[in-house]
Amino acid sequence: MKISEITKTVPIDEVGVEERVARLNSRSIKKESKVQALKLALSMIDLTTLEGMDTPGKVIQLCQKAKEPHVALPDLPTVAAVCVYPNMVPVAKKALRGTDINIASVATAFPSGMSTLDAKLEETQQVVEDGADEVDMVISRGEFLKGNYSYVYDEIVAVKEACGDAHLKVILETGELQTYENVRKASDLAMHAGADFIKTSTGKVKPAATQPVTLVMLEAIRDYFYDTGRKVGMKPAGGIRKAKQAIQYLVLVKETLGADWLTPEYFRFGASSLTNDLLMQIVKQQTGVYQGVEYFSND
Amino acid sequence: MSEDSKQAEAVEEKPYKPTSPSSKLNFDGFWEYDDAPQSADHVEYKDQYDLFIDGEFVAPEKGRYFDSLNPATEEKLTSFAEATQQDIDKAVQAARKAFNKSWSTLEAKERGKYIFRIARLIQERAREFAILESMDGGKPIRESRDVDVPLAAAHFFYYAGWADKLDYAFPGKKAEPLGVAGQIIPWNFPLLMLAWKIAPALATGNTVVLKPAETTSLTALKFAELCKDAGLPDGVVNIVTGAGQTGSAIVNHDDIDKIAFTGSTEVGKIIKKSLAGTDKRYTLELGGKGPNIIFEDAPLDQAVEGVINAIFFNQGHVCCAGSRLFVQEGVADTVIQKLRDRMETLIVGDPLDKNTDVGAINSEQQYNKINEYLEIGVNEGAEMYQSSCQIPETGYFCRPTLFTNVGQSNRIVQEEIFGPVLTIQTFRTAEEGIKKANNTPYGLAGGVWTDKGSKIFKTGSEIRNGVVWSNTFNKFDPTSPFGGYKESGEGREGGLQGLYPYVKLQ
Repeated sequence: MKISEITKTVPIDEVGVEERVARLNSRSIKKESKVQALKLALSMIDLTTLEGMDTPGKVIQLCQKAKEPHVALPDLPTVAAVCVYPNMVPVAKKALRGTDINIASVATAFPSGMSTLDAKLEETQQVVEDGADEVDMVISRGEFLKGNYSYVYDEIVAVKEACGDAHLKVILETGELQTYENVRKASDLAMHAGADFIKTSTGKVKPAATQPVTLVMLEAIRDYFYDTGRKVGMKPAGGIRKAKQAIQYLVLVKETLGADWLTPEYFRFGASSLTNDLLMQIVKQQTGVYQGVEYFSND
Repeated sequence: MSEDSKQAEAVEEKPYKPTSPSSKLNFDGFWEYDDAPQSADHVEYKDQYDLFIDGEFVAPEKGRYFDSLNPATEEKLTSFAEATQQDIDKAVQAARKAFNKSWSTLEAKERGKYIFRIARLIQERAREFAILESMDGGKPIRESRDVDVPLAAAHFFYYAGWADKLDYAFPGKKAEPLGVAGQIIPWNFPLLMLAWKIAPALATGNTVVLKPAETTSLTALKFAELCKDAGLPDGVVNIVTGAGQTGSAIVNHDDIDKIAFTGSTEVGKIIKKSLAGTDKRYTLELGGKGPNIIFEDAPLDQAVEGVINAIFFNQGHVCCAGSRLFVQEGVADTVIQKLRDRMETLIVGDPLDKNTDVGAINSEQQYNKINEYLEIGVNEGAEMYQSSCQIPETGYFCRPTLFTNVGQSNRIVQEEIFGPVLTIQTFRTAEEGIKKANNTPYGLAGGVWTDKGSKIFKTGSEIRNGVVWSNTFNKFDPTSPFGGYKESGEGREGGLQGLYPYVKLQ
């Protein structure tokens, strides 16, 4: 497929997208279906720490949290992955040895992406070598906005190749793309270039993930699936802090892409504080009362 | 089969999309929503309702009552009185007396206050009205709660505002009320249609005798109680229940000055005949077979959502439903595939469940009529697709349905089905699309979907419909006039235009 075909503008009606989201948000999720959703959401979390002041100590403690989210409930699912900066990959690798939890590393000069292609590829190879199972790359938004789509496409293809067997998540940084049509276009580019997941945001730009943006991306995934039969995953990241929001996202996925996407294999939440709210709600569902925040570990 | 012949076939056929099973979305099984029923325990209604005449509930002269069923359970909900000629005489007399003695002479500002009070009371009791509307009529609580009741309140608020500003509505003229208005409303939006009728009538100083539909009279009688609570002077609003004969008694009553009717085109024609030669004013809001036109440059995902809302809103019991879909050929396959997948996610069932998208068909009669049309469609050679959703065993439920492979000459394309049934036709050029859209005796509402503004205006002005929505559907607002072309009716309701049918301009 030619780049010009991939980047053909797909018209998107902003009002329509937002109305659809509002309607999906009116779904009432109760009883068993709520418990199921809470546990599902927990299993889909990429537990994340991406701070300039991250230390091995901080990362090790986060990995503990990933392995054992809440001591009082030993049967809970673990999170899907721990997401860290490149230099923390070896630390996380060691801490998560013997578990099914994946290690995700951001790469390609996260969060800005303002570096040379060589440096980005080198970084990608390094994190994979150090043990990252998943690579979260950022696209070059400057090149995208000036219409240099083939640059963005080629870059993703190159990073995908550098990933080898590691899964590639492509961060569009939708907060910088301005329009839903651009979000759609960037999604199409990333999927055609080989992305395993498309991801909304770095978490460093506001707005981060929103439900309308997520819906637009899910619809892009659906059209790509109709055309090619390949399933691409989705990861909203940033700003999802409450269990209620997480369930709303799951409703979006269920009613746009169906049950096959309701698995950590195809849907992730990039979040950290969401974990504890999910845990609180799970305990509430089981006991009928809310426990105090101090009962939940704050790593 | 050898590799070579496979390749040769692929070149010949070149399918638009891979049709392998892997590219099918799976909407069943995992993570089903649990029931989320709206509790109805706190809502009270009587076992039997009398007629509301002159501010009192009074038994019908002939003492006859008829049952009203909950269409979702087929169980009796309550019973309504059957009003006959003598009851209508009494109601009209009461309305006339109220018109002469109090309402028409009341200071306009005071009239407005009563209407504002009614609007506020509807808001206060919104949940109660929504639940009763869903129980009596079968519509999903999501719609009665989010659409019917809030819009009904909005209509009263809007027209309350006009009550003391009629001089500004008709500059240089004096707007005088007509007298007694006889109003007959349908079963698809019981409370909302009541609001469309009563609000402008009261605001302009008329009094009313209103007959709700026989299957859905409950919220109208609850509204009667609300009028009493609002302290509305006796006789200003009279609610008489009954079927066609009761309606006919209203239409033919000598002392009624205006008839406002919403309902089928068939009955509309009968009413028009009866009114011929009398000096009664009338407005008719009748049937429709609304076209929804999707151009190839449209935002398709949002268009599909709009089509779903256009035809499955209120089980398709909507006179302005977008029941005929026209899709430009280049995107027809995509749109149909998306529609089918979207239909799979519609939840059909208990109207009181908060997650229900499509509720119960209003009555057995309507249920049979829809099924008849499904059969007609299949016999006409159309291809029928129905959502595979579960539907309850009791109650009148119909699967969301779409027909492809249909043409203008098919009955399912020409006739109003008034159910969750969509027909899909393709077109090549805008001209062809518009021509087909207009090729119907109806002309109530339609939709245009395109990314191009100029196309919206061009198509919108060429479709002979009272309402044309662009890139959206079923948007209602009290400030916006609503009404039909051709056999879809006469006169406008809503907005400033909605005042005209209730005033004499001097």
